[in-house]
Amino acid sequence: MTEQIVFFIFTIMVLGGGLGVVSTKNLYYAALFLSLSFSGMAGYFIMLNAGFLAAVQIIVYVGAIAILILFAIMLSRKVMTTNEPQTNKQNWLALIVTPLLYLTLIFLVVKVNWPVSSAAPALDVLTQMGAQFLGGYLIPFEVMSVLLLVALVGAIILARDVEKGRE
Amino acid sequence: MQNEFIFVGILTICAILLPVGGMGMSWMLRPHKPNKLKQTTYECGLETVGETWAQFKVSYYIYALIFVVFDVEAVFLFPWAVAYNKLPLYALAEVLIFVLILLFALVYAWRKGALEWI
Repeated sequence: MTEQIVFFIFTIMVLGGGLGVVSTKNLYYAALFLSLSFSGMAGYFIMLNAGFLAAVQIIVYVGAIAILILFAIMLSRKVMTTNEPQTNKQNWLALIVTPLLYLTLIFLVVKVNWPVSSAAPALDVLTQMGAQFLGGYLIPFEVMSVLLLVALVGAIILARDVEKGRE
Repeated sequence: MQNEFIFVGILTICAILLPVGGMGMSWMLRPHKPNKLKQTTYECGLETVGETWAQFKVSYYIYALIFVVFDVEAVFLFPWAVAYNKLPLYALAEVLIFVLILLFALVYAWRKGALEWI
């Protein structure tokens, strides 16, 4: 019963946040609604016994990605003050594509035979994860840092170019 | 539900109740007599200049990007830190390589002047 109430609260956060993103006219508020939706997702992860993923969701998505989106909005010209129309010429296309995407996802969830483990969830997930990172998954772990390096270098090059163009 | 997250839930509820309670109490207790001087925006005693929705500089965006990269790095280092006692010593070297590669990223950002406050 408690579980259902908690699930209900998180669902309100996720769906309400998502609805806020597409319905509010101010783009800044839309980004704040998006971070509310992200927080609700973290709640789902906790309910699925994935505490680390929940922490990652809060740290990376709510803490960093949402800030990035907010900064991008605050940088863009006139977006903050003017209330742009929420639809453009492609809205009929979106009307076709989004139900298709929804149906595809539902089809996948129902039809695919997802492997289910009968083993009990591990108690010290983090310790095992740390051991796996530096054991069997060492190469992906190191490649990850190279990926982050490339992402940072690319981001700086792109952002610097934008800055030069503005001057 | 896992029991250890009940404390997080209680903390969240407290974190919401504290400001809401404080503001709600003062809303109930205070007299409501607005005048023009009271409703002006207060900013360190100076008159405010321009719009509230000011446009930010691009350089702020670079800080945010650098923050995201090192945020993700911290996430990846966290499982290693938890498992530290159970890992052999060469794991430390592996993590040092991981940090070293990202140190290049920091040096690059530094050399390109992305860390400078403009």
